[in-house]
Amino acid sequence: MIEFRSVSKRFPDGTLAVQDFSLVLPSHKTTVLVGSSGSGKTTLLRMINRMVDPTSGSVEIDGEDIASLPPVKLRRGIGYVMQNSGLLPHRTVLDNVATVPLLRGTPKRQARADALAMLDTVGLDRALADRYPSQLSGGQQQRVGVARGLAVNPNILLMDEPFGAVDPIVRAELQQELVRLQKELDKTVVFVTHDIEEAFLLGDQIVILREGGRIAQVGSPADLLARPADDFVASFVGADRGRRVLHVERHGDGNVVVDSDGRLAGVLNGEPVAGTSAGSSAGSTPGAEGDR
Amino acid sequence: MTWVLANLGLIWARTLDHVVLSLPPIVICFVIAVPLGWFARRYRVSRGIILTGAGLLYAVPSLPLIFVLPAVIGTSLLSPVNVIIALTLYGIALMVRVVADGLDSVDADVRQSASAMGYSTWSRFWQVELPLSGPVLLAGMRVVAVSTVSLVTVGAVIGVQSLGSLFTDGFQRGIQAEIIAGLVATVALALLFDGALVLAGRVLMPWTRRVAPPKPSVPLEVSAA
Amino acid sequence: MNLFASAIAWILDPANYVGLNAIPLRIGQHLVFSLVTLVFASAIAIPLGYLIGHTGRGRGLAVTTSGGLRAIPTLGLLTLVALWVGIGVVAPYVALTVLAIPPILAGAYTGFEAIDRRTIDAARAVGMSELQIVRKVELPLGLPLLIGGLRSATLQVIATATLAAYVADLGLGRYLFSGLKTRDYAEMLGGSILVILLALALEGIFALIQRFVVPRGVSGRPGTAPKLRTGSSAAAR
Ligand SMILES: Nc1ncnc2c1ncn2[C@@H]1O[C@H](COP(=O)(O)OP(=O)(O)OP(=O)(O)O)[C@@H](O)[C@H]1O
Ligand SMILES: [Mg+2]
Repeated sequence: MIEFRSVSKRFPDGTLAVQDFSLVLPSHKTTVLVGSSGSGKTTLLRMINRMVDPTSGSVEIDGEDIASLPPVKLRRGIGYVMQNSGLLPHRTVLDNVATVPLLRGTPKRQARADALAMLDTVGLDRALADRYPSQLSGGQQQRVGVARGLAVNPNILLMDEPFGAVDPIVRAELQQELVRLQKELDKTVVFVTHDIEEAFLLGDQIVILREGGRIAQVGSPADLLARPADDFVASFVGADRGRRVLHVERHGDGNVVVDSDGRLAGVLNGEPVAGTSAGSSAGSTPGAEGDR
Repeated sequence: MTWVLANLGLIWARTLDHVVLSLPPIVICFVIAVPLGWFARRYRVSRGIILTGAGLLYAVPSLPLIFVLPAVIGTSLLSPVNVIIALTLYGIALMVRVVADGLDSVDADVRQSASAMGYSTWSRFWQVELPLSGPVLLAGMRVVAVSTVSLVTVGAVIGVQSLGSLFTDGFQRGIQAEIIAGLVATVALALLFDGALVLAGRVLMPWTRRVAPPKPSVPLEVSAA
Repeated sequence: MNLFASAIAWILDPANYVGLNAIPLRIGQHLVFSLVTLVFASAIAIPLGYLIGHTGRGRGLAVTTSGGLRAIPTLGLLTLVALWVGIGVVAPYVALTVLAIPPILAGAYTGFEAIDRRTIDAARAVGMSELQIVRKVELPLGLPLLIGGLRSATLQVIATATLAAYVADLGLGRYLFSGLKTRDYAEMLGGSILVILLALALEGIFALIQRFVVPRGVSGRPGTAPKLRTGSSAAAR
């Protein structure tokens, strides 16, 4: 469990990036921080591995204040994946993945064998092991970044817009991959993104941030959609428009679901919904014809 | 100090000699390097040959070059022309690479949109590519100007008069003040040329004036480890 | 062409291969002298440059000083130091060490600076200590520019060592000045050709080294852009 206790951060140049932020991030769950640019997401994330130290307040991991832990040691136990993968350009894929284990003193052979296995885990062909990062596609680099983050089998994985720089198709693929991985590995993941769709897909708990790291609302995706705390959240999650606002329309004999722009979203399946007149879903009961 | 006051006339005369020796190389090298750099960029082969040649030329020490030139071009050993030509060659050697790099630095999109608007290759070079590589060229010319002013002094050891003569004369006669005066005057002259170039850049490239200092694209803060 | 023929004849003349003025001896002097000044200058400039590059402190000062040093004419510095310490090899050593420092310093710190900040940030995030960041990331990635700085410094030192013969009985430059005195153009030209060949040979060697020290996986041409900053060898040829 990670806990922020009324944390504030003022940078030396006077920017107040985070103001009195408190939050519990439960273990083995994915917490997603969403918010517009400059809302302090990265700053919050970096306070967890002490890349940034809070000006006031404290961050605890499993009840221990991390300010008392040596940063280097702390970081070696926390996976970190960033937007531009941050791979070392002069080391091969395999050596990049093995970086942290080697730093922790794992014997070279062992580290490389583990790293190879880790390539499988993140869905990378072992044939890429001896390439340099510049010889990989963006999506492949990102996978290597994830593999490196996971290489020491950390309990905590921090991800700062890890899929922000890849094209939408590859991004969708990587997101699915992460969902699968998380089912398997059960880490405590802290994930930063701009993209509310991504947040809904990956998050168990979603934190919507305003300027200065102020929390607009915390909750599960369903919470946020069903009970947005205010207009800001409603508009952020899109609960007030577009694809998320659906209603049922009668279409001939069946009922279809349509979004607020009038675009067809799908059909209603199963029992007729209370309130809609005698309709049945398009899957249709055998008797539908006879009803006429 | 007394030496300086007593010899202001001499210092002034040597300063004029110095200007006469250093201005032509600075101007000529620019005039030659621009087309040469353009040509170097034009073809793969010419790029390799010209830039390699420039690199080698730049590696040649100045004093030996001044000694070798008379044998190549038939001037007399003590002629100031040797110094001027040698320094022009260095200027070209440096600037050719700078011009090529500067032209490279012009955004391909800008280049293409200029063509799309109807610039001919010729007018595009003069009106788009050259001005846009201006800041890079200016940086190169500043290096050329400062090194040329400094290098002119070398000619003094073979008797070509310049502020460098204050070094050789001061050394032979053991007058420290004379050497120091020469040093100060040379550095001052170099700064003057440099300042003039910066000023010229401001006038000729007004669009570079209002550039906000770039903010670091990735704000990083790191706690002490 | 006649002149060159006599210069070549001078270079090949067996008489110039014996005694205290023998060509191999002079070449050796020139090289040893250059090497020693480079070692002195490196010992000062590399640690300092790495400190500046790693911490980012003192950069402004380093830029200004190396820029300012470029404006100082070598001959002036050489004669001034020679007046202070007397004729002999001390003056050239002092003057040349001073002159060799800026390019090496610039090579060292620009080498560090040219590295993508995100790479270093990531290295820190995965838990490298500051020393490990220097050793495993900044050193290998910064090496090409450092070698570039050493290359500039070497050219500068080889060139200035020639000039140093004006104040000391040292190296190949002696042929130029003694030839000048006795109006022996063959000797002057022969000596000049030797210095030029030496400089070009070293330039070639450095070009090769520079190609080999670029870490594999790093493709770009890190040597080009900062050339203006580090490649200031012109000032002191
Ligand atoms: N090292 C720093 N020095 C000064 N100000 C900083 C620093 N790092 C971040 N800031 C400022 O703190 C605020 C929050 O920055 P942060 O990087 O946490 O935002 P973010 O939510 O991650 O934004 P983005 O979505 O653009 O990545 C911004 O106003 C930013 O300019
Ligand atoms: Mg961010």
